[in-house]
Amino acid sequence: MTDTITFGQEISNLLHAAEGEPLKTCIQCGTCSGTCPVAGYMDNSPRQIIALINLGKKEQVLESNTFWYCASCYHCTVRCPQEINITELMYALKRYSIWKNRYKEGLIGPTFSEAFVKMIVRGGRSFEPVLATSYIFSFNTREFVQEIQGATELLLKGRLPLLPARIKRLENFRRMIGRIIPMGGLE
Amino acid sequence: MKEFAYFPGCSLEKMASSYHMSAMETTQKLGVKLNELDDWNCCGATTYFYIDELLAYTLCARNLAIAEKTGLDVVAPCSACYKNMFFTAAHLKKDEDLAEHVNFALEEDNLHFSGNVKVKHLIEVFAQDIGPDELKSKVTKPLEGIRIAPYYGCQIIRPQKEKEDVEQPQFFEELISAIGATPINYPLKMRCCGGSLIISSRTAALTMVRNLLQSAVDNQAAVIATACPMCQVNLEVYQQQVNLEFGTNFSVPVMYFTQLIGMALGIPNKKLGIGKEFVAMAPTPLAVETAWGLPRKTK
Repeated sequence: MTDTITFGQEISNLLHAAEGEPLKTCIQCGTCSGTCPVAGYMDNSPRQIIALINLGKKEQVLESNTFWYCASCYHCTVRCPQEINITELMYALKRYSIWKNRYKEGLIGPTFSEAFVKMIVRGGRSFEPVLATSYIFSFNTREFVQEIQGATELLLKGRLPLLPARIKRLENFRRMIGRIIPMGGLE
Repeated sequence: MKEFAYFPGCSLEKMASSYHMSAMETTQKLGVKLNELDDWNCCGATTYFYIDELLAYTLCARNLAIAEKTGLDVVAPCSACYKNMFFTAAHLKKDEDLAEHVNFALEEDNLHFSGNVKVKHLIEVFAQDIGPDELKSKVTKPLEGIRIAPYYGCQIIRPQKEKEDVEQPQFFEELISAIGATPINYPLKMRCCGGSLIISSRTAALTMVRNLLQSAVDNQAAVIATACPMCQVNLEVYQQQVNLEFGTNFSVPVMYFTQLIGMALGIPNKKLGIGKEFVAMAPTPLAVETAWGLPRKTK
């Protein structure tokens, strides 16, 4: 048993079906950063994040907003000449940061994701009005007003549900989840 | 008659009910039967995968197992549902340990997934199972002269599944040509709409939406055609917010490809859910409006 597992190995272990350390094969060509439609808003571009992981700069990676700005569009992934699944890496970093309860302040992504999963575990289906309460109060006044206007118009067009949809076999569903996350399906 | 199991997904229940309506109407008219899965659950969008990967696979596998019982391949109209189901099926087929763990959980709902379901996106049913030629032969009201921007978005095409073209696919264009309209070529057809960033990183997502709308408008698109409820909401519902934030004046209709196909097949607007639009059908060229008497933007 070794106590010297590197940050890079830790992250590689979180990649589904990863063999070895795919990030080590990165040649720093920057195709991912050039392709990414959100790179301009990230603290570190995808290429930089990979470099930081390979250098073991854990603190800097966890302080970065990069992975929470990934839109999961997989554009980098299909273009990476080394076939690194960069989107999957961003998922792994999100999981890692939730697990460690460490993320940059002011991000909506982590709380929104948790609210979403709790909602599904409870009822089996998505219900937008409940979801909205997880983020709407983080918006500034202008954004808040715009979001409420949008929601009102959706409502008038009959595009917002008023009652949450629930699946029929909810008891079975919760017990099923309980086999994955012990007690997760039980309230 | 071709038959598929159909996984509508949460958005199609209300937010994108017009997609559901037009999907049912058009497939029926083209001799394809879609049977809605019994008691399906949410596919998890992208968020389950951020929190717990095993839970994410289990929730997708439940739907796959329900589909497998019917003996039919399963069709999803939403790109995110499609991607999640497709790759869950692929992973479970490859990874026996994962499949065993997930199936242990599925037992609680008397289900089992053995990996014998093919997952398709709804647009693939039109592009492959029906095909543009067959579609063309059924068109009664060709949308002649209408310039349509095919918007592929992300997760129909990406990640790559086999060796298919992920840079310049043409199947959406072929469907648009089949209904007599003109598919426009615009550089951002494969770019992301921002997805859930519209909530979590609003400024970034609104910029992405603006760029897309600009690219379509610069190439004289009369309407943008989508095959995903998330893309539709971002491009259409948030168009007003883009206008407020950037001082632009976009008014581009964003319609589901099934609605456009439905029009060309002569299905009445009401049955295609037309009238629930947000940016409404105040089309760029007047031709769209006069051709079908579409409702004007109500404000």
